[in-house]
Formats: sequence, structure tokens, C-alpha cells
Amino acid sequence: MSNGVDLFDLSQKEREAQAAYRRHVLCCGSTACLSGGAQATQDAIEAEIKERGLEQDVRVVATGCMGLCSRGPLVKVRTRGEDDVLYADVDADAGRRIVDEHVADGQPVADGQLSLQHPFFARQERVVLENMGEIDPNRIEEYIARGGYRALRDAVTTMTPAGVIEVVQRSGLRGRGGGGYPAGTKWGLLAKAQSDHKTVIANGDEGDPGAYMDRTVMEDDPHRVLEGMALAAYATGAKHGYIYVRAEYPVAVRRLEQAIRQAKRHKLLGKGLFGTEFEFNVEIRIGAGAFVCGEETALMASIMGQRGTPVLRPPYPTERGLWGEPSMINNVETLANVPTILRRGAEWFASIGTDTSRGTKVFALAGKLENTGLIEVPMGITLREIVEEIGGGVAGGKAFKAAQTGGPSGGCIPIKHIDTSMDYDSLLALGSIMGSGGLIVMDEDVAMPEVARFFMRFCMDESCGKCLPCRAGTFEMYELLDAICEGRATAANLARLETLCDVVRTDSLCGLGQTAPNPVLSTLHYFRDEYEARVVPDTVAAAVAADAGGASAHERSA
Amino acid sequence: MPGVSLRIDDNEVDASPGESVMQAAVRVGVKVPGLCQMDGVSVVGACRLCMVEVAGTPRPRPACATPVAEAMDVHTDTEQLREHRKVLLEMLFAEGQHVCAVCVANGACELQTLAAQVGVDHANFTPPPSRLTMDLSHPRFGYDPSRCVLCTRCVRACAEVEGAFTWGVAGRGREAHLVADLGRPWGEAESCTSCGKCVSVCPTGAMFEKGTSVGQRRVKRALVSTLTSRRERESAREVLK
Repeated sequence: MSNGVDLFDLSQKEREAQAAYRRHVLCCGSTACLSGGAQATQDAIEAEIKERGLEQDVRVVATGCMGLCSRGPLVKVRTRGEDDVLYADVDADAGRRIVDEHVADGQPVADGQLSLQHPFFARQERVVLENMGEIDPNRIEEYIARGGYRALRDAVTTMTPAGVIEVVQRSGLRGRGGGGYPAGTKWGLLAKAQSDHKTVIANGDEGDPGAYMDRTVMEDDPHRVLEGMALAAYATGAKHGYIYVRAEYPVAVRRLEQAIRQAKRHKLLGKGLFGTEFEFNVEIRIGAGAFVCGEETALMASIMGQRGTPVLRPPYPTERGLWGEPSMINNVETLANVPTILRRGAEWFASIGTDTSRGTKVFALAGKLENTGLIEVPMGITLREIVEEIGGGVAGGKAFKAAQTGGPSGGCIPIKHIDTSMDYDSLLALGSIMGSGGLIVMDEDVAMPEVARFFMRFCMDESCGKCLPCRAGTFEMYELLDAICEGRATAANLARLETLCDVVRTDSLCGLGQTAPNPVLSTLHYFRDEYEARVVPDTVAAAVAADAGGASAHERSA
Repeated sequence: MPGVSLRIDDNEVDASPGESVMQAAVRVGVKVPGLCQMDGVSVVGACRLCMVEVAGTPRPRPACATPVAEAMDVHTDTEQLREHRKVLLEMLFAEGQHVCAVCVANGACELQTLAAQVGVDHANFTPPPSRLTMDLSHPRFGYDPSRCVLCTRCVRACAEVEGAFTWGVAGRGREAHLVADLGRPWGEAESCTSCGKCVSVCPTGAMFEKGTSVGQRRVKRALVSTLTSRRERESAREVLK
């Protein structure tokens, strides 16, 4: 393939090659399943197939994430003319049995089957994750066979850059990294900037505890990220792109590097794409482990080899960004939406979701639920639907207490708001945020001050130390929360905590500090009684401190 | 370029475009508290003590980094700002070991002056035990991290005015501290020219000349800003030639 225009040929060939097999055994090869032994399962399946001489007839594929991570390793058997059958908790023995009975004899194994009509799957709507669990992320052919790079080809050969921006604008796509800024507006700002050295940057520095949406997209459908970036570049006039990936995601780095090489080989990246003047190159930059580098100015500093600390805005990156030139930072999930929007149209995308939050959102569903994993749902779905239907309800028959969204920058949603619509504005109104997609469900046994302490510890550890309110404030707040949790705090300490929340939120330089008090404010708002129940009278606090052999925290004068 | 006029604490101020609110405020006698800002080096807006309220913006903004604009209405001394400054300063005191009675900078310390100005006479926070050790490896100067407020004036003066880039910041959050030559003892930092600009810009007693005792630190605070403004004048003259 020489100039990328014969995508259709390649796609056709790949489909024919796949159609030659009667059965496909799709083995989830994503991080969660791998850590559950998926490699051993796949090896056993392959060995068994070889032993039975079925290689010509059956194809085994290591795919990306199938979603229901709590039941991994997952294996799906796909047979021509039949419905897919999904198996959960497949160890090596179960894998061999699947080959013996289902693959060889066509008799699905009764044990371990999971219905694909289960609400966990049926209630989802997959846009960003449409290829997850379907394709081998190591092969560009499979991405192309499912319509990949067609949006880019059509945009570059038949649309103007302004036309692309107009589609993104009309789709209503908003930033999926947490802020929710309209993507089309941001693209328009970069397009307007005058420079020959514009850059688009994919932010893959996902760092919220428990969140792995972006990691999964980068690992399991890397070409989707590249295509989204190329579309952004074409629309805005950028020639260069960076993907900023945290070092903790080595598989994502490897898959992206491979995808870049493949895309270059197929002339989908580089110069003169699709026989036009359009050129675009992508490089990977690896983070060094700082959460704050997800903040766009810190991220750019890190790319430039500087210490990853935020700088004041304005100027915004679209005016003055990387190397002093106009730059645009989009979250990985935002960019991953774009190829599908271009392919299926702005109207289709805008028909999903609510009036102000169009499309779907990927959540890393975690916590005390029967089913946890990676889900993609239309925005506007209620929290109750996610918890009770998709999540299968709270595990162990316990009662739902609250759900935390937005990680260390977010807040909690108590049971009285469980029917809230999951969209940007509703969550904000409840004192939480959509965030990047972390969704942690807590049951009745969870103590909310301890939740707040956990997140404050995270912010304290991750504060870069540049501005005073965040550097010192997160530490002081952590100490106070610790004192409250351990029964050492007085009412005055609680009041002090609230003052600090206000100071840190108001005065911090970047988003990390400005949102660090949110988990405290939110739990205080909905569960104040839990804080007050732990506060002790001054005299008791003094006695506890004396017992511990020192003065109580925050009670000494300096 | 036409000037702009704005209001700062109900004073009418004329200013040039590009000036900061802090610079304009000085001309009407309003001294906005601040630690990291210093004439002659770039603006970082990190200490957050100079936060001011600008009508029409949702949250306070740093006066040092906010450019003046026509018809801007700025308040520098509201009750909330005063309260926040006090808390911020208290936290600053709690972070380090600021014991004036044994400090070289006693009487010439910007932190001390600010505390008096803002009304911080005690700290509601527990000062931690000192985690970092003093660096006395340089023949002429010393650095005491427990007195450092991380204003990074020294980092900027060293990079932007002296061009040596000796100083940097290492560590995150409360572990943040200054390092010479990416972590060498100061005395072994080959890039250091021993010019002393870092010492001259230090607002506290964190950087000092050896041989100075309690209250003896008297530095040329204006050294860096004077150099910078002279250079600017000189380069303007070159352009005219």
C-alpha cells in the first residue's frame, strides 16, 4: 500500500482473511485480565487448538479490554452464523475445556457463561470503546477493517479544516479530561492562531486513583488516538503532535510506538498524506510519575524537559504553548471520539446524551459493586442505573452509601441523589465533577472522613510545591483530617479545616490545588454528622494527646 | 500607546498597558503584600499573597501577574483577602523554622515585615521538625532550607540575570527544596559564579553571607532590579544607534 488511499483494499483483504476462519476465540489481553492470568489461558487455548489440528479453522486473538474486569480472564467465542458466547473467569483448564467442547464440538460449555444480554453489556453504548475486545491492538489491519482511518481520509481529501471543526462543534463534544470545555471551540482557537509550528497534544497522563479509561484506549485501540490527533491536526493546521503518556503505562507506550510505526509505513502519518499537502507526525513523551503533569501547562513544561510545574494562565496554550508556539491539549478520550463523530456525523453523536452533555462517557467503575470494570454509557444515564443495573448492585447485599466521581478533584454523590443524571452540569450542581471518569461506589461500611483523608493524602503527595496554598494547605488539611479520623480533633479543628478548604480552593495556582478541597467539602456537605461525631471536646483531645506523648496537632502556638 | 485608567481600592490610577496591577497600585500608595514577586526577574505568581479581587472575575487573581485593563475595578484589602493572607502566612511560618531571635535576617526580613503588616503574631499550625540540612559548603555563602519560603527569586535571578542556572527546585510538595547543579553541594556546583545575586534577593535569612551573625544580614535588595533596568536602558540605546 503506497499512499494510504487504498484503505478499502486493505480493509477488504483483512475481512476476507478473517472470514476464512469458521471460529474466532477472542481472549482479553488487557491489563486487568492479564494480571488475572489471561496469558496462561490464551497459551492453553492455543496449545489445545494446535493439538487438535484446528489452526486452519480457528483463529485465536488477544484483544483489548472487554469491560467486565472483575470477572476476568474473559474469553469470547465467535462462530460464523451463531451468536457470540462469552466466558468469564477462564483459567487454563477452563480454556482447554472451551476448546474441547465448544470450539471443537460446537457445544458451548455451560459453566462460566455470561449472557451478552446482561445489563452490564446491554446498557452500554460504545463509541470510544467500539473496538475494545474486538480487535487485536497490535494490528493496524484490524483497525482499518473496522472502518479505521476512513474518517481521516475523507476529511483530508473532501473537507476543509474549517468544515472538520464545524462538525466537531456541532456534535457538542466536550473535553473528557474533566473540564468539559467544548472541543470544537478549543480547536477553533488553535486554528485561528498564526504560526507554522502549531502542536496538538494528547493528554494520556491519567492519574486519578482507580481510573483507567485512557490507558485502555491507548493500549487497546491506539490507532483511534492517532486518527483523532491527525484529524485535530488537519483541522487546526498543526504539523506535529505529542502523546504524553505516564511512565506507569508501559504497555500503552509500546502499543502506541508500534501504532505510529505502522501508520507511518501505511502513509497514514508523515508527509503528503492521501496525496495532499497535509503532513502530520506524532511523537511520544513519557511522564515521570507526577500527577500534576496532567495539568496542561505542567504537561507542556514536562514535554520541554523542564520540571513539571504549572505556570500561570493566561496566556492559554492555544496562544502560547509548547516552545512558545500555539498548542492544544486534548484528553485521549476526547480525541478517541473524533474519528467516529466524523464517520457517523455530528447529528448522530449529538443524538446521544443530554442537551449540554452530548455523547457517551467512559467510566472506570470500581468499588463495592457486584460487577466492576470499564463501561461506556450515554451521558444522562442515572447513577442508579449504573449502580443497580450495570454494576449489579452493591456487593454482599450491603446498602449503597455514596459514589465518588472525579477522583481527588471530585466529590461524592449520596443516596438521596442516586437518581441524578450523569452529565457535566448535574454533577457540578451536586458539588462533584464528571472528571476524567473515575467512579467509585462505596457501601454503608465506608466512613466518609476517611475517604476525604485518602484523597487529601493523594493531593498532598502530588502537590508540586510551587504555590503556597496547595503545598502547605494540602498538608495542613491532611493533618486535620487525620486528627478527625483518629479522634484527636476538636470542633475548632473542624472549623479550621473549613477555612483551609476555602483558602486552598480560592488561592491555589492550578486546578490541582483549586479542586483538592472538593472531596472534603462534598463529604462535609452530605455527611457532616460523621465529622461531628468524631470531634471530641478540647479536654479529651488534650488527654488523648498527652497519652500519645505529645501535644495535639494544631493546638500549639509557634 | 494610550494609557489605561483603572480603580484600585477606590483610587483612580493611570497606568501603561502591560503594567501589572501590583505596579500600578504602588503609585497610589497601595502596597500589595507579596513574596515571590521582585522587580528585575520574571513573574511566577506562586506565593499567592498578592491575591486581589477584580470585579467581574469569579476568583481572586495575583496582582503581580494580572495586567492592568481599562476600567478595571480592583480591591486589594477586603476582609476575605485579609483573612486568606493571614492563613497563608501562618502556613508559611508553619512550614519552616522561622525563629527571628536567632536569624541573620532579623530586622531585614520580608517575611517578618509581612507578618507584622498582615497581623500574624502566632501560628495555628504545628511547625514540623526540620527535614533538611543546611548547606555550608560554599566558601562565602550558606543556605538554610528551613528558612526558605520557596519564592524562587534566587532561581530566577541566577538564571535570568546572572545566566548561571545554578539553582533549581527539586522534590514535590512539602519536600520541595532548592538544589544547586541538580543536587550537588553548593560549594561543588561548577556553574556557580559566586556572584551573590541569590543571596541579595532572598527575602528571608535562607541565603546568607558567611560570617554574618544574628540581625547582621544587610543585603543590596535592589541589586538585581538595578542591573536589569540598566541593561534594558543600554539595549534601548543600542537600538537607537
